[in-house]
Amino acid sequence: MQNDVIAPENLVYAKPKLMNDTPMHYCAGCSHGVVHKLVAEVIEEMGMADKAIGVSPVGCAVFAYRYLDIDWQEAAHGRAPAVATGIKRCWPDRLVFTYQGDGDLAAIGTAETLHMLNRGENIPIIFINNAIYGMTGGQMAPTTLIGQKTTTCPYGRDPKLNGYPLKITEMAAMLNGTCFVSRQSVENVASIRKAKRAIRKAFQSAMDGKGSSLVEIVSTCSSGWKLSPVKANEWLEEHMLEFYQKGDLKDTTGY
Amino acid sequence: MPRIEVDANRCKACYLCVSVCPKKCLGKSKTISKKGYFPAVQERPQDCIGCKMCYVMCPDVAITVLKD
Repeated sequence: MQNDVIAPENLVYAKPKLMNDTPMHYCAGCSHGVVHKLVAEVIEEMGMADKAIGVSPVGCAVFAYRYLDIDWQEAAHGRAPAVATGIKRCWPDRLVFTYQGDGDLAAIGTAETLHMLNRGENIPIIFINNAIYGMTGGQMAPTTLIGQKTTTCPYGRDPKLNGYPLKITEMAAMLNGTCFVSRQSVENVASIRKAKRAIRKAFQSAMDGKGSSLVEIVSTCSSGWKLSPVKANEWLEEHMLEFYQKGDLKDTTGY
Repeated sequence: MPRIEVDANRCKACYLCVSVCPKKCLGKSKTISKKGYFPAVQERPQDCIGCKMCYVMCPDVAITVLKD
């Protein structure tokens, strides 16, 4: 790394200061890296580096504490919103957020997630939806699309046998406790910039005490989908966004 | 003139930066990195316009955008 010799006035864009030098363990092209970068940038912009506490899930993002230099708490599988509730009630002035995948949030943690959102706990949730259990080898998740092939439904998801994909974000938008519910994606540069704005709004609304918020980020899992990173982004655009439509489903923040 | 630097220790050769570069000035390295990947490199630095799109897209935060 030659960054040590670069004069500050020549630097246009570099790794956020909150991200450390540990190389990430994620597969090549994984969307987690992009979202980690967005979270680091947003916390840095808000000046909350000393007051941010993340609650990491069980899943690929379990090692998020190794990459972002803020305080982290590891929660049991799916229980990140419950743990975050405890932290936030003890320290109301801290920025407490959870970072969860779809296996964590939409399967085992559905009860905790929906009740935390319904209580309006001033905690933003970042929900990474890649339609698959990525960490354990690409099994079918509640969010797997109809007809999508995974290792546990090799002929494609059949709604008669496996039910329909779960739209947690739509459910969250129905709850009274939420102030901002949005679905974004990270498959191209424009989408990444919109996702950053959504994360910023969610974090700001939590600090202003407006209620809980959920930002779903439709992501890729190139290893689980058995595609190259570039092809995975194309697949996301073609198939995922048709079912998981992007946009702000609920916004009562008034920003 | 703007240019980019790719940290070969972080790059995992997903080539998402290559796919989004509007000037197509990025390419694959001919040499293998310590981790066993062929990292992305800037093949034609004279075409770089410093748009930061490769930085925004890079999942491993391996890219630094500079101007000289």
